[in-house]
This record gives sequence, structure tokens and C-alpha cells, in this order.
Amino acid sequence: MRSLRTNKTLRTNVITYAVVVAAFVLFQALGSAGVLSSTMKGQLVPICAYVLMALSLNLTVGILGELSLGHAGFMSVGAFAGAVTASAMQDSMPSSALRLTVAVLVGAVLAAIVGVLIGIPVLRLNGDYLAIVTLAFGEIIKSIVNNLYIGMDANGLHASFLNNTIVLGDGGRMILSGPMGVPGIKKTATFTAGFILILIALFVIFNLVNSRAGRAIMALRDNRIAAESVGINVTKYKLMAFVISAAIAGAGGALYGQAQNAIIATKFDFNTSILILVFVVLGGMGNMLGSILAAALLTVLPELLRSLNDYRMLIYAIVLILMMLFNSAPAMIQWREQMTEKLREKFGKEKKEG
Amino acid sequence: MALLEVSNLGIAFGGLQAVSQLDLKIEKGQLYGLIGPNGAGKTTVFNMLTGVYKPTEGDIILDGKNITGLPPATINQAGIARTFQNIRLFNDLTVLDNVKVGLHNQVRYPMWTGVLRLPSFYTKEREMNKQAMKLLKIFDLDKEAKLKASSLPYGKQRKLEIARALATNPKLLLLDEPAAGMNPNETAELMNTIKFVRDTFGIAVLLIEHDMNFVMGICEYITVLNYGRELAQGTGDAVRNNPKVIAAYLGGD
Amino acid sequence: MLTFLNHLINGISLGSVYAIIALGYTMVYGIAKMLNFAHGDIIMVGAYICFFAVSTFGLPPIVGVLLAMVVCTVLGMVIERLAYKPLRSAPSLAVLITAIGVSYFLQNAAQLLWTSNPKIFPSFLVVTQQNADGTQTVKSGIQFAGGQLSVSYATLITIAVCVVIMLVLTWFTEHTKMGQAIQACSEDKGAAQLMGINVNTTISLTFAIGSALAAIAGVLLCSAYPTLVPTTGSMPGIKAFTAAVFGGIGSIPGALLGGILLGVIEIFAKAYISTQLSDAIVFAVLIVVLLVRPTGLLGKQVREKV
Repeated sequence: MRSLRTNKTLRTNVITYAVVVAAFVLFQALGSAGVLSSTMKGQLVPICAYVLMALSLNLTVGILGELSLGHAGFMSVGAFAGAVTASAMQDSMPSSALRLTVAVLVGAVLAAIVGVLIGIPVLRLNGDYLAIVTLAFGEIIKSIVNNLYIGMDANGLHASFLNNTIVLGDGGRMILSGPMGVPGIKKTATFTAGFILILIALFVIFNLVNSRAGRAIMALRDNRIAAESVGINVTKYKLMAFVISAAIAGAGGALYGQAQNAIIATKFDFNTSILILVFVVLGGMGNMLGSILAAALLTVLPELLRSLNDYRMLIYAIVLILMMLFNSAPAMIQWREQMTEKLREKFGKEKKEG
Repeated sequence: MALLEVSNLGIAFGGLQAVSQLDLKIEKGQLYGLIGPNGAGKTTVFNMLTGVYKPTEGDIILDGKNITGLPPATINQAGIARTFQNIRLFNDLTVLDNVKVGLHNQVRYPMWTGVLRLPSFYTKEREMNKQAMKLLKIFDLDKEAKLKASSLPYGKQRKLEIARALATNPKLLLLDEPAAGMNPNETAELMNTIKFVRDTFGIAVLLIEHDMNFVMGICEYITVLNYGRELAQGTGDAVRNNPKVIAAYLGGD
Repeated sequence: MLTFLNHLINGISLGSVYAIIALGYTMVYGIAKMLNFAHGDIIMVGAYICFFAVSTFGLPPIVGVLLAMVVCTVLGMVIERLAYKPLRSAPSLAVLITAIGVSYFLQNAAQLLWTSNPKIFPSFLVVTQQNADGTQTVKSGIQFAGGQLSVSYATLITIAVCVVIMLVLTWFTEHTKMGQAIQACSEDKGAAQLMGINVNTTISLTFAIGSALAAIAGVLLCSAYPTLVPTTGSMPGIKAFTAAVFGGIGSIPGALLGGILLGVIEIFAKAYISTQLSDAIVFAVLIVVLLVRPTGLLGKQVREKV
């Protein structure tokens, strides 16, 4: 069967899958062999969650070409929806793997719904204005979740907003308590689950990009006016990319939440949105493997620098600035190309001589 | 009934009346020229015909359907395709993919079919590739199919834009200065290609051009625009010898 | 009625601070087409410098303010040269991320140098009266309507400073060569260069002005809300940034309008609806306005050339 994708794309995608599988096998083995420190072990699932967030944001920023500054909002929706669902099913569903699956599904679906609600008004805007509105929505989601109260008793779930007016019946307990968030989470997330979710996300993203819908989305990114002139429905495809992105982010959020002892709304703020954006830009826009590597590396970096203690965030910031300058400054890019040329000549000569 | 009937078309931007009282009748399969000095409003007319601008007065009827003021994507689906004065390709996509985007509404399958890689994905993609390569062959671009669109030289980029527009299966093709920046050989080749396209696909072509040899060599009928209004209309010879046109645009002896 | 007036005045005052910060964002955006994320943290640096000058070294407040302005100006120009200039022709996301890096750097450097223990900003926008019996009374504001409405000097001075800055800046951009150079570079750097304008100097000057304004904003902000920590500049920075877009990014009157409106909406939301939801309400208003007027209140409707 003739290859339907260019060989280069197919190769890149296969390499990405391979790297993910290899990393999983490696770290799973290291973990079982007791080589990993407990802090590192504890980082494995959060890394998976941040990888999912980076992949989802890359779909919006790198493939659709729109800047989203509020992606932590989708993560938040996923985390809390997942946590509430898992907590509510604690007694009725003792299997933690099942609870995690349901939590992730609920998180993804709810985030997707929020994505539709936000997307319909927002995606009509362009560029910086769209970015600002996504930022605004991120803050709004944070405020709403921070003031939400959910409790459960024999009669089911109860919710209230702003003030806790819930009166719990027999055997009742509060699950989400406004600014206190969701404490006492029974962790259900596993590294294996994270790995599977990443594979699913890659499958969805790669297959979407290499299809009719994906081409339409990228056409919008490259030249919106030309895309309209060939009959592409702008709103439909912008929304499609945005909602799929939101769903993956929601899944990532749910996974993240199920790996914590407790979650509070203010953790999913503008800083988190920016953090994920940094992963995407550093890894290369549209480059999924890059997002995975950047997310993993930058999540681990503060931990690795822990010995430098107080200075580590400062060094993180400096590393970030230097990496951006190295990656994107035209002068640097020119210098790098010259270096590559020189090396090529040198090795070319050696090959001829040898 | 003509393919395209434009009556009393006009648009004002703030206080400036850019186009006014324009009538146009283009028959099925006709090669029609729109000429005039720079700033006469030619591209503005294109933009109104394709829905980029909403006219402030007048009507545009395509094949009996009133398409005045409809959004660009809808107008394209109704049967008008265009190229742009400043080339608008999907620069980060391949040459082949650019045309495949043009085929978006001709060969369709739902998003889920693509994501889940159901069997119809493979059949439809094969069909799309076939149709896209056929179009690229007409424009002698088939060998560059896998290259990034931005890596093509200028002349080939222009041809790619036309190929992409054709992919949308239009009834009327609008070409905005298709020969701009081309040498005489390329221009002659383009003239033949346009005639070939019209003969093969039976579509009408409305083009804006400044190269008079090109216009006179191809167009069966011409409208001359000046300051947003029709200055003259007629066959090539009629327009060429019209004293008003000579004074405003073509120049004297 | 009086409470309403009180809230209105406080809103305008807070809005004035936002406006001053927004000015820095909008001017830099206009000329360098970048969102300087580190701007909010320059505010924080300005506040700290003034704090140390006045509270630790006992210098007169005006010296503290001027010192803050000088330090921030230099800081802003250095950042521009080192971190932003190399990326001038790179895609805008690259310089955005770098700005974020600079922001993190400033926050963490401040934390290392000055710890996260809150500093209490000195209240020097007050009047000290000598009483007949030798004691001193410190008046921090004026009273109206028999003590029912009190407005602090800090509030009044903030509004006054904002008005003065707006007038000076408008005069500067329209009537001085440098100001016109800034406008020219904002429109078209290439053409400006061909006209003999030194683009690098002009951009540096814009960052200098923006940073000086940030210092002033820092002092005014902390005079009203005296708790100072390394993250103090962050939220006002975000809000001022949304105010700049709200008013129309690149527009100086837009920054004023956006800032004032945002401040008023925030105070009213806190007072009449809910303190916890005030931020959400502010952002919700922003969203509604942008949906109705997509380029901001006073933004230019840029018609894309097709």
C-alpha cells in the first residue's frame, strides 16, 4: 500500500511513539529496581500529566496557531471533575483503576464542554485579543472553582456556590470545600495509566493532523483568508481543534488530580498556564516530541537543581532565557547554521580522506 | 441567464466611495477581463464578489442565486474561487497538501473517520491524492508535490495558487494579476493553461491584469474600471480603441 | 450615595495605577510588538527600592521615588538590550517566553535578596501637623460631609499623578521629536530608519519611559496597599495588561480608559457583588466588551489587506 503520508511525517511520528514507549519501559524498570529516589518516583505521574497538557496546548498553539493563555483552566476542570467523581465513587467502586478511568473520562468530557462554551464566543477573535480572552476565562474558572462547594450524603451529591449552604444528611461528607479544595484524595493514578493516556493523546493528535480535518486546521493557521476562500468553515475547525485540545487537557488534569493528596483551585492559575506554554514553545510549535521532552525535562529540572536550593528557580529562569535566545534569536540561528556548515565541511573532508 | 449577474454594485469605506454603480454580466465559460489604473477598485470588486467585503449597494447573482454579502466560505461553496494579488499559500504545508485543502469540500469524510483511521479514510485519501496530482500535472507541479509550498519559486507559487482554486470545483474563477512578475515565456504558458482550463472544465474566468498583451490575447470581453466606476466595456478591440480608455489608462501614441 | 462616591473615587484611584502600568505595556507593544511580561515585576522592584530608600536609609520620600525611577529605568533598558533586542525579528512567541523568563528571574532574585517576608511600605503621602501642645497629628486624608466621606491623600495624589502623566505623555508624543520618532517606529520601523531615526535608541527610550512609569506605579500601588512581597507586581501586571488590551493595545488614551474602567469595575464588584468573585467579574466584563468591540474600546480597526 502506497504511503499516504510523506515519509518524513511518518518517521517523526513513529520515533515519537518509540521514545515514549522506551522512556516508559526504562523508568518502569528503574523504579522496580529501586534505583529511583522517592521524589523521582513521585514525579513520574505529574510528568505524564504535564506532557498531556503540553500536547494539548501544542494542538491549539502549534497546529491551530492560536495563543491560549488559560489552558490551566481546562486542567482545573479536569482535575476537580475527576477528583469529585472519584471521591463520590469511593465506596461504590472499590477498584482504583476503574475509578481513575471514570475520573479521566469525566474530566475530559467536562473540559470539552467548557471548551465548547468558551470556544464559541472566543474563537471569533484573533491573535492577541483571543489570547487575552483565554487568559480571562482561565481566571474566571479559577474563581468559580475556588467558590464551589460539593458534598455527598445518602441522597446523592449536593452543590452550593459562594457560601457553604449544604446540609449533609446521614453519612455525609464534603468533597469540594471552596478555597480548601479537595483534601484527602485517595490516589488512583499510576505511571502506566499516564503512559497509556499519552499514547492515546498522540494517536488522536497525529491522526487528526494527518487527515482532512487536520489540513483544514493547519490551513487556518497558515492563512485564514485563503482558507476561507477555498470554502473552509473557520468557526467549525477552530472549535474542533480547541475542544479536542481542551479534552486532552482535562484528561491530563484528572490524571494530575488523582496523583495528589489534595488539590486547590488557586494552584491552576495563570502561572500554570504560562508554564505549559513554555513547554510548547521550547519544544517547538507543532512538534509533539519536542513538547514531550520539554515538559518532562522542565518539570524535573527544579527537582534536579534541588541541591542548589534557594537558587534553583533563579537558575531555571536563566536557563529559560538562554534557551530561548539560543533557539530563536536570528543571530544565533545564523551562527548555528555557519557552525553546522563548517562541521559538515570538516567531516566531509575527513570522509574523503579516510 | 448569465452565470454571473452583477447590478449596481458599490461599496463605501467611511466617506470614500471605492466602487459604484458597477454592472457586470459574465456568461458560462467566458474569459472576461477587468482592467484599469491602479487604485481603480478592481481588487475591491473581487473582494466583494468573494465575500471578503460586504457591498453597501447592489446585487451579485451567481447561477440564479443571490450571493451578495454572504461569507467567503459559503460563496466558494456556491461556485466562486479566487487567487490573490499577494500570493496566499499555506506556506508550511506541502504543495500537494495545498491542493488537498482545496479539495476539502470535494472529497469529504468526518473527523472521527480520520482520527480512528477507519477504512474509508484510506479510500478517500487515495481519491484525494489522485485528484490533487491530476491538477498538479496540469500546472507542471507534480514533481514538486512533496516540497513545502514556501520553497517554490515565485512563478510556480502563482500556479499553485491557481491549482488550489481550481480544486474547489468552481463555476467562476477569479484571477488577481496572475501574470505579475512573470517573464514573456511564462506569461505565454499561463495564457495557454488558462485557455486549457476553461476548455477542459468549462468554467468562466474573470481576471485582473495590467499586461495588455495578456489581456487582449485571452479575454473575450473586457470591463474597464476607473475611480470605481465603469469607464467602458466591450471586446478587446472595442476597448483598445476607445478614446476614453486611451486617455485614462492605455496612453496615447 | 456617599458610599457610592467613596467607591467611585477609590475605583478611579486604583484604575489610575492600572492606567499608568498599562501605559508601559501599550507603548512597548506599539513599538516592539511584544507583550513585556516582566513589566509587572519592574513595578515590584520600584516599590522595593523606594521602600529601602525611605524606611531603611531614611531618605526623603521624593528621593526614594526618584531613585526607584532611575533604577527601574536602567533595569528596563538593560533587559531590553540583553534579552529582547536579539529576538527582535524572531516570532513573537519567542520573545514572549523570554519575557516570562525575565519575569521569573526578577521575582526569584527579589525573593533571594529581600525574602518573601512582607515589607510594610511607608505611608508618606500624609500631612504632619504640629499641634499647639507640641504633639504631632498625622492627617492621611480629607474629610467631607462632616466626616461621612473620607478620601486619603494617597488616593487623590494617585489620580493627580495619572492625569499629569497622561498630559505629559500626550504632549511628548505629539510635540517632541523623540515622541514622534516613537510613533514613527511604531508604525513602520523600516521607513523610520530610512528617515534617519535611530530605531535602537527610540526603542530603548520607550522601555525607559515605560519602566520609569512602572516605578511610579509601584510607589502609588504600595501607598494604597502597603504589603510588599516579590509577587506584588504580578496580579496588577496581569490586570493592567488586560486593561491595555481592553482599551485597545497600542493606544495611549486606550490605556487610560481601560485602566480606569478596570479599577472602577473591580472596586464596585468588590463592594456591591462579592469580594471573592471580583476578579472573575472584572474578567467577565472584559470578555463581553471584547466580543462586542473586538479590537478594544479605542483600538484601531485594522482592515487586513486582501
